[in-house]
Formats: sequence, structure tokens, C-alpha cells
Amino acid sequence: MAGLELVSDAGFRADGRRPDELRKVRARLGVLARADGSAYLEQGNTKVLAAVYGPHEVRGSRSKAPPDRALLCCRCSSAPFAGGGERRRRPPQGGGDRRSGERALLLRGVLEGAVLGQLYPRSQIDVHVQVLQADGGELGASVSAAGLALQDAGVALRGPVVAGSAGLAEPPAGPPVALSDLSAAEEAAGGPRLVVATVAGSGQLALCQLSARLHQERLRPVLDAAQAACRGLHAVLDGVVRASDPLGDTRTLPWPQ
Amino acid sequence: MLTSRTFVKRTRAGAVVKVVREHYLRDDIACGAAACRLCTPAGSGSAPGLEARPSGPASSLCPGPHFLLPDTNLLLHQVSASGTEGRVVETYIEQKRGETSNDRNDRAIRVAVKWYNEHLKKTEDAEKIEVIFLTNDNTNKEKALEEGITAYTCEEYIKSLTANPELVDRLACVSDEGKEIEGGKIIFPEHIPLSKLQQGIKSGIYLQGTYRANRENYLEATVWVHGDAEENKEIIVQGLKHLNRAIHEDVVAVELLAKDEWVAPSSVVLQDDGQNEEDIENEEEKENILKTSVSKDMLRPTGRVVGIIKRNWRPYCGMLSKSQIKEARRHLFTPADRRIPRIRIETRQADTLEGQRIIVAIDGWPRNSRYPNGHFVKNLGSAGDKETETEVLLLEHDVPHQAFSQAVLSFLPKMPWSITEEDMKHREDLRHLTVCSVDPPGCTDIDDALHCREIGNGNLEVGVHIADVSHFIRPGNALDEESVKRGTTVYLCEKRIDMVPELLSSNLCSLRSNVDRLAFSCIWEMNHKAEILKTRFTKSIINSKASLTYAEAQMRIDSATMNDDITLSLRGLNKLAKILKKKRIENGALTLASPEVRFHMDSETHDPIDLQTKELKETNSMVEEFMLLANISVAQKIYDEFPEFALLRKHPAPPPSNYDILVKAAKSKNLEIKTDSAKALAESLDKAESPTFPYLNTLLRILTTRCMMQAVYFCSGMDNDFHHYGLASPIYTHFTSPIRRYADIIVHRLLAVAIGADSTYPELTDKHKLAEMCKNLNYRHKMAQYAQRASVAFHTQLFFKTKGVVNEDAYILFVRKNAIVVLIPKYGLEGTVFFEEKDKPTPKLEYNSEVPSLTVEDTIFHVFDKVKVNIMLDDSNIQHQKMRMVLVEPKVRPKIPRTILSFINVKNHHVVKWKFNPEEKT
Repeated sequence: MAGLELVSDAGFRADGRRPDELRKVRARLGVLARADGSAYLEQGNTKVLAAVYGPHEVRGSRSKAPPDRALLCCRCSSAPFAGGGERRRRPPQGGGDRRSGERALLLRGVLEGAVLGQLYPRSQIDVHVQVLQADGGELGASVSAAGLALQDAGVALRGPVVAGSAGLAEPPAGPPVALSDLSAAEEAAGGPRLVVATVAGSGQLALCQLSARLHQERLRPVLDAAQAACRGLHAVLDGVVRASDPLGDTRTLPWPQ
Repeated sequence: MLTSRTFVKRTRAGAVVKVVREHYLRDDIACGAAACRLCTPAGSGSAPGLEARPSGPASSLCPGPHFLLPDTNLLLHQVSASGTEGRVVETYIEQKRGETSNDRNDRAIRVAVKWYNEHLKKTEDAEKIEVIFLTNDNTNKEKALEEGITAYTCEEYIKSLTANPELVDRLACVSDEGKEIEGGKIIFPEHIPLSKLQQGIKSGIYLQGTYRANRENYLEATVWVHGDAEENKEIIVQGLKHLNRAIHEDVVAVELLAKDEWVAPSSVVLQDDGQNEEDIENEEEKENILKTSVSKDMLRPTGRVVGIIKRNWRPYCGMLSKSQIKEARRHLFTPADRRIPRIRIETRQADTLEGQRIIVAIDGWPRNSRYPNGHFVKNLGSAGDKETETEVLLLEHDVPHQAFSQAVLSFLPKMPWSITEEDMKHREDLRHLTVCSVDPPGCTDIDDALHCREIGNGNLEVGVHIADVSHFIRPGNALDEESVKRGTTVYLCEKRIDMVPELLSSNLCSLRSNVDRLAFSCIWEMNHKAEILKTRFTKSIINSKASLTYAEAQMRIDSATMNDDITLSLRGLNKLAKILKKKRIENGALTLASPEVRFHMDSETHDPIDLQTKELKETNSMVEEFMLLANISVAQKIYDEFPEFALLRKHPAPPPSNYDILVKAAKSKNLEIKTDSAKALAESLDKAESPTFPYLNTLLRILTTRCMMQAVYFCSGMDNDFHHYGLASPIYTHFTSPIRRYADIIVHRLLAVAIGADSTYPELTDKHKLAEMCKNLNYRHKMAQYAQRASVAFHTQLFFKTKGVVNEDAYILFVRKNAIVVLIPKYGLEGTVFFEEKDKPTPKLEYNSEVPSLTVEDTIFHVFDKVKVNIMLDDSNIQHQKMRMVLVEPKVRPKIPRTILSFINVKNHHVVKWKFNPEEKT
């Protein structure tokens, strides 16, 4: 998408947002009856479903299970109808396209930093995340949804996990602007993209992934924007968690507006 | 509020994809009116608001205070007329089924006007502010009136302005009235719409390229096809209908003609000087002149323009050719640039504008009009006036020459300036060295200084010290942006258009003698054979001991009595420079010549009083040698450090066909020029001497210069041919003149990062940005060169104005079909002499392209022939004053008993016209 203007002269993005504005976020907990914990998260048109099973006994070979903490198994997939860049030539075989695989790996890294694994020795926690609709920020949404599902399952965490993304627009005239929460069209423009995951309680970064080159002078504003996106998202998701009834079935609750 | 747009699109592979895009509608945008109390003041980053009380010029149509809200199309066409700004609020409306996007936009604007009106009513101001909708679209206006919106066309509104009636002239004439008056005769074929053009380009029926009109022949143009295709790079377009209203620099689509319709580039010179617009038949006659038979191998791909992809119109400088009809309001405007066609404008001030240099913008070119339509923009002043002419040549060559803005000046160091501790970080103190500078007389922007001394081990230490401009111009600030925009300092005959403000160029950066200055030094350890043993770069602080002129330096070197440090240093440098030069020439570097002149100006009036060709001394070449060496060393260093984004300079080898004219010309004098390599060329040029004709060698070198390609800046990550042909160096850059060239500043920054004296910044390490900058720098350099030449031409005219008729020797440089181009070595003046005349029997002309030679009656003209001409100024046409040259020797005797006189134009080929001189009879 060469020549796409990320920020207009009046300071708005292609979809009408201001540079530091997030897309509309909607979330629900406990959407799947059979999972121990589950969550559904929408960030604009990106829609993600996460399910957590466990902690339960380690399945398969026991040798790979660490003796002192929980084994985290993450699996990511993308629905065939999700669209975006997630199309693939072969039909999904157990959800194994390259991007989903990469996402699962990163997700596992984040969750290992957030889950208090030593409380669950010799046990396994499965986290499954599926992208239902892709419109940018799938990694961030997957991490945030997994965090919600873990909370729903009652797994002990250092803090709630949320992830946000940010990019950089360089208008032909004027200084560069950091953009929070990139949409698919903005990601496709080819600029740098930074995904940051925070364990909100501790304020530490659990993930920091940058694609494309970025000069170090420009890193600070982008990092700030991504962290601000995390804080904004956390505020919304925190409200969702508090509003949900930990014991009852939330499926009948109205959408939080 | 959030809406989603959903649409289905087909991918390239044929699959159908549904795309959903979100659209966030805002409710937090302020209306911008300062008087409005409903909207919260605009947040950060929003556009400046409207005034509290609109204070536009009084209008008889709407007496109350009002805001104007112009239609988008209107704004695009009328920027020069409208002064009031309007801001369209995003008032979202759903696109109706079957409605085109254009209609939707119109409707959106109408909704915006309505909203503004209602919104402003809510502000409890004593006086009601009205919002007026301006549009030129009649249906749009009607619809607006239906909806109860006050709407006018632009013309109605401007005419109603009581204060300034001259605004009417500036209205772009887009109204349809023009057609009725022109009469229905359609001259040009229709342009094919853009969508069809793009299809055609994709399928290869049409070719897309940049249209370049021919300076010498208004009926011919070349289209440079975009892309890397090997064949059909350059397509010739001939004849009015085939040119089809394209204007110089437009991006056009061309269709190739069948091979049997191909033509050769004509060597005829034609100027469009028809006063009458209707003589199309006449044009066809002229077109036939072009189609004289030529040998098959001269034919080039020929095409016709089928459509315009992008217009590249700009405002043009020129003069009004007043219509002969009294009280007429339509006049023709003749641009100063001869590649631009004449423009028809409508004005009531023709009498005041006559004889003035004016600026005109093109509005359109209907199919039934011989000339494009335009409107008057600005009056620059009377023609022939030195100030006006300088302004014109700066504008015509797109040289930014406004005074530096306050924002730019605010980044200058505060005076009195001194070197601080902070500045000394990363800097070496070289104040103890005997550094001196050598420059032309009167130079105030000294950007280089040199030193040379013996060091203990029998070797020499040589240093080149360059003004540290990048210390003062920090990346990204307004000063930096202004400098990169200017790109280069432009030297005109009587003034200098600085790239950086004077405080820097003539004071703080200038390496003047006996003051401490910051420098960037390149220091070599060399042995006496001028072999480099060690190279070192450092930021430094120096104190120049003397600023000399070339002549002074030469005198010191030659004088046996002077043996001070400065002189010894100069002698050492001179000795090394000679060895370096010899080595360079052995490697195949070219020594070329181009006649350069220098004016001696009257100190009071700044009129040129004398003119002489520049003389080169040994010291010139001494300084040059070390500058070349520094540039090459730095180029190597920055390329080693940053292979992806080093800014380098290359000089491509010219295609062999470029040399044809040189080889043929030399052959006619029984000399052989080898052109297979730069070294062969240099050697054969050295050998090409004629004992009876000492100037021949210089002429050959001048001609060789014309065969060369332009040297250009480029980014190392974007190209893989680095060779500099002229200097025979595998790598080269510009490092030594940061005060007057922006490229050098970038090279300084790169080098500073490479030696750890400075840090990088984002744009420096972005090769695409760098490549874009190179493009701009190359353009600015080219334009600066043209402006310089135009300035010399203008001053030559001023000089000859007072001289009367001068008789001088001249040499023939080129032979054309109906003319010869001569060079007068004494003044470095070049001009074309014609042998044809309109409405009179032409002398018998016979052109032989093989030799090449031109036979006029019984006289044969060859390249390099010596002739005698009379030079005088012809100011019968104020717009294009020109040097007129009369061939005195050999005399051409036509059948009719009068001598053909010929008019010449100066270097840039400004004017071509010919007529008999009735005074001179044979």
C-alpha cells in the first residue's frame, strides 16, 4: 500500500481515529462451557477466542514435564474464514500455519512470565487461542484474550496480562507520529510495528517485539504509545473481569457498553 | 459512533474476498470559529481556527460578515484568487445507491455548509455570521439554493468584491463561455480517459513517459518512457496534432506509429511566432518542412500523444504580446521558456502589463483552441530591468531565493560566538599548524584550508581542513530543512543566493585567517612520491594563518626570497599536487575545457564593464588536486562504514554514440579520436594538435565536454555502478564544500558517525529517504547551473549594449541543417547563425550529415572552420533580447544581391529569428 497516508493533515487516521486512540474493545469471559476458563475479545474487527484447560495432569510423555512448575502448552490457530493475511494454501491441519506457530511461541513466552507456575508442579495448563477475524494486532489480541481466559480459569497470575501494539507514521510534512493499536491496513503500510505485553500489576514488559527497522531515537515514542495502549486496554478489561460473576454463567449478561 | 464499510473485492488470483473496514465518526471536532462557544477549543495538532469576526473584503452581494466555504474543485483551480480559508467539517453522510462519489462529495459539502450555518446560529452573537457556499458547478449551486443555502459562483462573488477589482483577472477561466467564442473548429484529437490509458499501458498499447518539448523546434518533442525497457526509450513526437496539447514536463501516454511513419529528429530550428491563431494551414506547411527525406538509419521510434496522465503545470514567467485589436481583453502571453507554448489570457490591464514581466498560470487547453487558456497571477516588474530579470531567471529555474525566515534564523548560534568546552569534545586542537586557504579573489565563503609539514620520519603530513558546517546545522531543524530545500548556493554574475544564512556562510563557517574556527580535517601521511601511507579523519579546531588568492599563492611559490612557514607549506603542497595530477591522468582522468567567462563589474552600478575568460593558474590545480584526494578518501571511508546509505557521486560513461559528432569533426581535420575508454580518449585528445591551428585542441576538448553525461549524487544502497568516468576514480563523493552544497553536509554527518564524533539520526540511515534527497540535490544543481548560464547570458547582453558592433573571430562548433553554431573564444560566447529566411527565397542549402558539413550557395562550412562575425545586441524584442551575429567572413553570396544576415542567440538558445539587413549591400 505505497503512498497510503497514515495520518491526514487534520491529524486523523484513515479510519477516523486520532493517533493515540484505540479501537473499540469488547470482551466477555466464560463463553465456552466445557473449558475451565475462556474469553472472547474484540478489538475493532479483530476477533479472538481463547480457552484454558487445566491445570491438569501432564498428558503424553511425562519426561518433558518440569518437576517444579507447570507445563504451559499454547496453541494458536486462525479460522479459515478469518481473512487478513492469514490465508494459506493448504487447509488447516490442526492449526499449524507459520504465523500461528510463531504466535504460539511468543504467547508461551509471555504466559510463562505471568503464570505463577511453581504453584502447579507436575501439571499442565493448555491455552488455545483462535483468531476468528483478523484485522491487525492478532498477536496482541491473542495475548490479551489468553490473559482473560486464565483469569476466568482462576489460574494464579502475577497480574493481568494485556498486550498492545504501536507503529509510526511519517507524514511528508511535520514530525513523525506514533500510532496506537494498528489496524490491518496500517500494518500493511510497511512501517515499523511494536507489540508490547505487560503484566499490568507489576508494570513489567513480558514481550517486546519490533518488526522492521526503527531508529533508536524513535523507539521511545513508539514504546510509550504501545505501553499507553496496554494501559488503556487494561482499564477496559479490568472492568470486564470485575463485572463478570466468578461463580455464575456470564453468557446471559448483556454486552458491556 | 462507529460504522463499518463492507465491500467485496476480487484478488489477483481470482478469489473473492470480503473486506470490512471500520470508520469512526467523531463528535469532538471544533468548528474552528473563535466566536463559537459551543465547541471546546480545538485540541492539540488541529488546524488554526477561523477569525472571531470575519474581516474579508467588503462584498456588494453579501454585506454582513460571512465565512466562505468553497467547493473542493473550486479551491483546486482558484488558489491564486481566494484568500479566505474554509474548513470542511467531517459531516458524514451515507452514500446513496447509484450516486457517484463526486456527487456524494458535493452533497457532503452542502451538508457541511448547512451544519455550519445552523451551528453558528447557536452562538449568541449580536451579529449573525453567514456561511456562503462558493461553487462553479451549476447543478450543485441549484441544489444548494433548493436546500436554502446561500450559494454563489466564484465569479459572481469575486466581481462583487468592492475593494479590489484586479482580482477578476486572476480568476481561472474554467467557465464554458470560452468555447462559444472560439468557434467550433476542433483542432486536436480527444484525450483518452485515464482508466483506458492505464489499461492500455498495462497491455502495452500505450507507453507512459515524461514529455519534453524541443527548445529549438516547437513542433517536435521527445517522450522519455518510464521503466527499464531497452528499446523505445525515447519516442519522438512531431506535428501539432500528434503533440496533442501536451506541455513540457507533463506525464503522458503515447502510442507508437507504424514503422513506415517513423521520422528522424529534425535539425531545423522553428519558432512559433504566428500572431494569428487561425492559420492552421500554415502549420501544416511548417510540419512538412520537418519531413524531408533522411536516410533510413536516422529514423527513430515515433509516436503520438493519446492522453495526459499527469499535468505538471506551474506558473510561468513571460511577457504579454498585446493583441492588435484595440480594447481587446484577450491577449497572448509568451513564456520566457521556449518549450512552453504561448498562453491565451484575459485581462483588462493589458496597457499596464505591456513591457512588464508577468507570471501566468495555465487553466486548461480545450480541443478547439490553438493555445492553452490561462490567467494572470503576478506582475514582476518591467523587462530589461536588472532586478526584474534576475527575479525572472531565479523563478524560471526554480531557485528558492526568498530571505531566510525567522524560524530558520532562530537556529543560528547567538553572537558573540566563541568556542566552548562542549565544542572541544571529540575535537583535536590543530591551532598550532600552519594552515592557510587559497581561493579566488573576493571569496567570503572559504570552506577549505590546507597545510603540509615535514614530520620526523622523512615523510610529509598533509591536511585538508573543511569548514565544520554540520556542527552548526543540526539535523531536522528549520535551518536544516531550508538548506536541504535549497540544496546548493547559486552564484550569479552579480550576486550569490546562499544556501545557509550569511552569518554561517561568510563568518562562523568561513575559515578566515587568524581566527579560531571549527573544522573537519582529513590528514594523510605521505611520502615524497605522494603515496598515501596513513589516512586519518578528525573534527578539529584550526587557526588559519593566511587566506590567499590563487595569484598570491602562486607568487609566494615562485618567489625565491620568501621562505616562511606558509610558503614552505605551499611549495610542499604544490610539489605533491603535481605528482598526484600526473598519476591521475595516467589512470585516465580527462582534462576538459569549457569556456568560462568572468565579468568585471562596475562597483557602483553593478553593470559589467569588462569580460574575460577565466585563467587557470598552477595553484588552482593544486587546491583542486587535494580536494579530489580528500573526496576520494572520504568516499571510501563512508562507504566502508555504511555500505547501504553512503551518499556518493558518480559520473556514468557516456554511450559510444555520444561521441559520433566528436569523431566525425576530428576526422574532417585528419585527426583520430579514440573513444573506447577514458584513458584512450584522454591520450588521443593530448595528441590531437595542429601546428597551424593551436586553438583546435581546446575546441576538441569543448566538444568532448558536450558529449559527457551529467555527474549525479546517489545513495550507495540503491545503485551498483559507482564509477566516476571523468576523474577515473572507482568511488567519489563531495566533502569539501559544505558551505555551498548540501550533499557535503550529509557526507560530513556520515563521516562524523563513522569516526564516532557524532550520533546518527533516523533519516540518515534510511536509504529511500537518502535516494529521494539525492534526486532533489541533482535537480537543484542542474537548475543552479542553468540559472548561472542564463545570468551570464543576460550580462553578456548588458555588456554588448554599450559596445555597439564588435567584430570578432569565431569557430564553428556544430553544423545544423539550416544553421551553424559558432563559438567566440574571446568572450566564451556561443550562438547560432541561420541561413534561411521566411517569405524570401532561401539560399541553396545542402546539408551533409556524414561529414558533417553545410553548403550555402558556394561556400562550404565544416566544424572547426574559422569565421569572422559582427556581434551586436538586438533589442527589437524586449522579452528575448539577443546577441545578433553577422557573418562577415567568408561572405556567402546568394543569387539575390543582398547579404544574408543571421541572428544568433546566446548559449541557452533563447531566440531564433532571422531577417535581412537592408543596410548592408554587396
